[in-house]
Amino acid sequence: MEFFTISMLNGLSYVLLLFMLSSGLTLIFSMMGVLNFAHASFYMVGAYIAYTISRYTGFWPGLVIAPIAVGVLGALFERYCLRRVHKFGHVAELLITFGLSFVIVELVMLIWGRTAVEFPPPESLRGPAFTLVNSSVEGLRLVWGAAPAPMCQAADATVRVVCSPFPATRGFMMLVALCMLVALWLLLTRTRIGLVIQSALTHPDMVEALGHNVPRVFMLVFGAGCALAGLAGVIGGSTFVTEPAMAATVGSVIFVVVVVGGMGSLAGAFVASLLIGVIQTFAVALDYSMLNVVKALHIDLSPAAADFSLFKLSISQVAPILPYLFLVLILIFRPKGLLGTREG
Amino acid sequence: MSSTGYALELRDVRKSFGKSEIIRGANLAVQAGERVAIIGPNGAGKSTLFNLISGRFAPTSGEIHLHGRRIDGRKPYEINRQGLSRSFQVSNLFTRLSVFENVRCAVLWSLGHRYAFWKFLADLDDANDRTEQILEMIKLDKRRDVLAMNLTYAEARALEIGITIAGGASCILLDEPTAGMSKSETQRFIQLIRDVTVGKTLLTVEHDMGVVFGLADKIAVLVYGEVIAFDTPEAVRANARVQEAYLGSVLAEQQAAAA
Amino acid sequence: MATANPTTRASAAAAPAVVPAAAVRRTPARGRVLAWGGFAVALLIAPLLFHSSLEISMLSQIGIAIVACLSYNMLLGQGGMLSFGHAVYTGLATFVSIHALLGIASGAFPIPVSLIPLVGGLAGAFFAVLLGYVTTKKAGTPFAMITLGIGELVAAMVLMVPEFFGGEGGVSANRTVGKPFMGITFGPPIQVYYLIAIYTFLSTAAMYAFTRTPLGRMLNAVRDNPERVEFVGYDTHWVRFMAFTISGFFAGIAGGLGAINTEIVNGEVLHATRSGAYLLFTFLGGATVFFGPIIGAVLMVICGVLLSELTKAWLLYLGLIFLFMVMYAPGGFASLILMNLRVAAFGKLGRIWTSYLALAGTALAALTGAAAMIEMVYHRQLNEALGPELRFMGATLNSAGVDAWFGASWLLVVGVVLFEVARRHYLHQWGEIQEEIEKEIKRREAL
Repeated sequence: MEFFTISMLNGLSYVLLLFMLSSGLTLIFSMMGVLNFAHASFYMVGAYIAYTISRYTGFWPGLVIAPIAVGVLGALFERYCLRRVHKFGHVAELLITFGLSFVIVELVMLIWGRTAVEFPPPESLRGPAFTLVNSSVEGLRLVWGAAPAPMCQAADATVRVVCSPFPATRGFMMLVALCMLVALWLLLTRTRIGLVIQSALTHPDMVEALGHNVPRVFMLVFGAGCALAGLAGVIGGSTFVTEPAMAATVGSVIFVVVVVGGMGSLAGAFVASLLIGVIQTFAVALDYSMLNVVKALHIDLSPAAADFSLFKLSISQVAPILPYLFLVLILIFRPKGLLGTREG
Repeated sequence: MSSTGYALELRDVRKSFGKSEIIRGANLAVQAGERVAIIGPNGAGKSTLFNLISGRFAPTSGEIHLHGRRIDGRKPYEINRQGLSRSFQVSNLFTRLSVFENVRCAVLWSLGHRYAFWKFLADLDDANDRTEQILEMIKLDKRRDVLAMNLTYAEARALEIGITIAGGASCILLDEPTAGMSKSETQRFIQLIRDVTVGKTLLTVEHDMGVVFGLADKIAVLVYGEVIAFDTPEAVRANARVQEAYLGSVLAEQQAAAA
Repeated sequence: MATANPTTRASAAAAPAVVPAAAVRRTPARGRVLAWGGFAVALLIAPLLFHSSLEISMLSQIGIAIVACLSYNMLLGQGGMLSFGHAVYTGLATFVSIHALLGIASGAFPIPVSLIPLVGGLAGAFFAVLLGYVTTKKAGTPFAMITLGIGELVAAMVLMVPEFFGGEGGVSANRTVGKPFMGITFGPPIQVYYLIAIYTFLSTAAMYAFTRTPLGRMLNAVRDNPERVEFVGYDTHWVRFMAFTISGFFAGIAGGLGAINTEIVNGEVLHATRSGAYLLFTFLGGATVFFGPIIGAVLMVICGVLLSELTKAWLLYLGLIFLFMVMYAPGGFASLILMNLRVAAFGKLGRIWTSYLALAGTALAALTGAAAMIEMVYHRQLNEALGPELRFMGATLNSAGVDAWFGASWLLVVGVVLFEVARRHYLHQWGEIQEEIEKEIKRREAL
């Protein structure tokens, strides 16, 4: 029971991280039609900048400065590079963000080295946020912070006690993501610039025809999207690992999220994050394979067939490719995405 | 499905986009070889009607028949292969191909070459000769190697028509062919259109009344997604409903301008 | 290939005033014969000029890369389809070819080794048919995403089906199997090179021929205006799908040649990095011209083998050049060459070559400054044990001292500023020249 809860919460925190990243990507994709290949690279840059800042001033200033720095970098890129290739079409835009992702990874390796760096979470966030103590005698209890050692040890052999901690970093991740969600929602629905962005999400040409300085809005949105990625990077880098490969690991997944969720739809990005995040978290834990299914259906396989690797694959082994399977299926059956309002 | 003898027939065609119904029961029956001009106030749904007939969208309900066969809901290429071809209000060319290549692309299917990758284009005498013919008709033979994106506006419109008629379709739809042209260019274009559509069924959307009355055998008046009149130019001129809905506003503007 | 019927020819001969269109359309044959002849000769004599074993190996790789990049450009340059997963088709074909080689060795599959690339081609076409119908439903960004997804899918499946993919270690085979033909066993690398050269020439010719066929031209039309294509009677999806399959066939040939060349294959051939390399170098070479990918293929092998030895930062340099090209020269090196050939044809190259000199000089200065700093950083990172000094372009730099850094950054700044000045001057001159050329063309047209 507690395994399920903690797993669910871990999954949820991963979902929210994915959503933090993919919301920025969706905004950029929907407004400008540009799939920012370098989005995950900006995520990585956020982590590294925060790491450098944290070595001098501690974690918390980095949490504020790093996203801003990444946002500025993104805006500069949009202004001087991306804008130049708009006229060559979508293929050229994809190419330039692809090239940028490449260059950013190399620059990061140049500046910070090729191995992972030590970017620990701040003191206050180490350890569990709370612990679920499941005792066969006393039932399920919630203890804030870490459960004291005696509580987790069985008094005698007949009592079974299991302590499941929920890391504070994960909790913080959820908190920041939720705050960001709320702030984004308020911005988009309550401010004037938010209204412009919302309409540009689905009707960019019309917005320009109405006289808004769409290039400046584009620059702001691109910068803001990158800043969101940077913020996610600060959190993700300190919770997980900060290394040059972190862009690649999360990069393809967020593309899947954005395409599966659909263009022009932040809600779609959320639903897709939920779907993929939960599936990935739980799939890794499940050990069922096709063989189990076949046995359950009482089908007899010859020993050679039963030995075939594809059948022996458990869900946990297949877990890494599930998002891509999703992507391919969605693009076949519903190219607009789950909640998309327009196509590419 | 009995052959009704009409080249193009619309029966109670309706089209809604979301909640707004743009075409509300359009009925039209065009004989083979007729030249029909479709007129109507802005927003009446003229381009939408063309899009429905040519297969860009499918109608929400109703039937469209081409030479007695149903074409509503079919793909654009299926409709084109049945003998209907359309031009676009904004020139829709193959930008990085030359004028010659543009027209040649438009003749390939009708000559049966289909998806062949085992013959050379240079050896397809039928395609090349027909392309030359078309280029002479639209007076772009001197500009045959110019890339489509480098043409002047009038040349692009001429090429647009060239691509439309190249395949030899019997039913031609022209969407505002003379839009944005000067008076003299428009006159030349009318002659061009008359020449290239000899013997074919022609439907044009037009705003220029001079063009309409000069080119058309019959006029269809589209107002709020319905065809409220379909008759000879003189009869339409005299039709009270039409005067009220469309020409009336034009007359009122002219009177106001004269005052 | 000729579809002209005799009566047309006869009537044309009888009435010479009416010149049939076909004759007028043929471009000057002499230039083409020269180009293809030169290509064949180059392939033939290259190993005589570059005969060390490293060079022969590079030549073999270049041949394979040419076929792969040309097949990729069928999608990108000719069809406007940006694929991030082309390595799937070359890679799967390599796996199938290795298994075919094993089949020859075990006697189960008695075909000559020289036909293995065709086996690869068929495998490539097979997978393209399998995956291509859904891949080509849309173009643009959805197409790119689906190729990315399929690429990741297939790459991830490598560890899941060890029977086919051989797990971590991959699968290896021997190419000197089966009966030798006229003494050719394909043991010595030079024999492999000539096999590759033959396939390269034939594949290039075939892919060029494709661009002159109805399907090839309609593919271009689909690239320029997919919507209009439907209104002239063609099913856009089908055009893309067929082109995708043909591209897969040639990609498979490249994969088969690779299997013979390296005699081993593992999951790396399917990796996204390889797809990225095809994309990068095809684009750098030039996607808008037929021979652009050939230039790209040569660059790909040279950079991969030589440049990576020269400096650790080669990927960074490559990425920066790529970015620069996307922004300023999206037609790649091939289009740059052609543009300047055109200027030369009008006799105006003499005016602008000093501008090129200025551009090159200032760019070189800026690059040297940047490269010096990059190399110093890498030296400090990776070779700390060797002390702070490193050799850079013949000079000794002390990465611990301020002088080298100051000098390098000064060089970079000055180089960039002067480059910008040179660039504006060059653009101004270029614009003037283009105008003059346009006027000249109009003048000639009027004659």
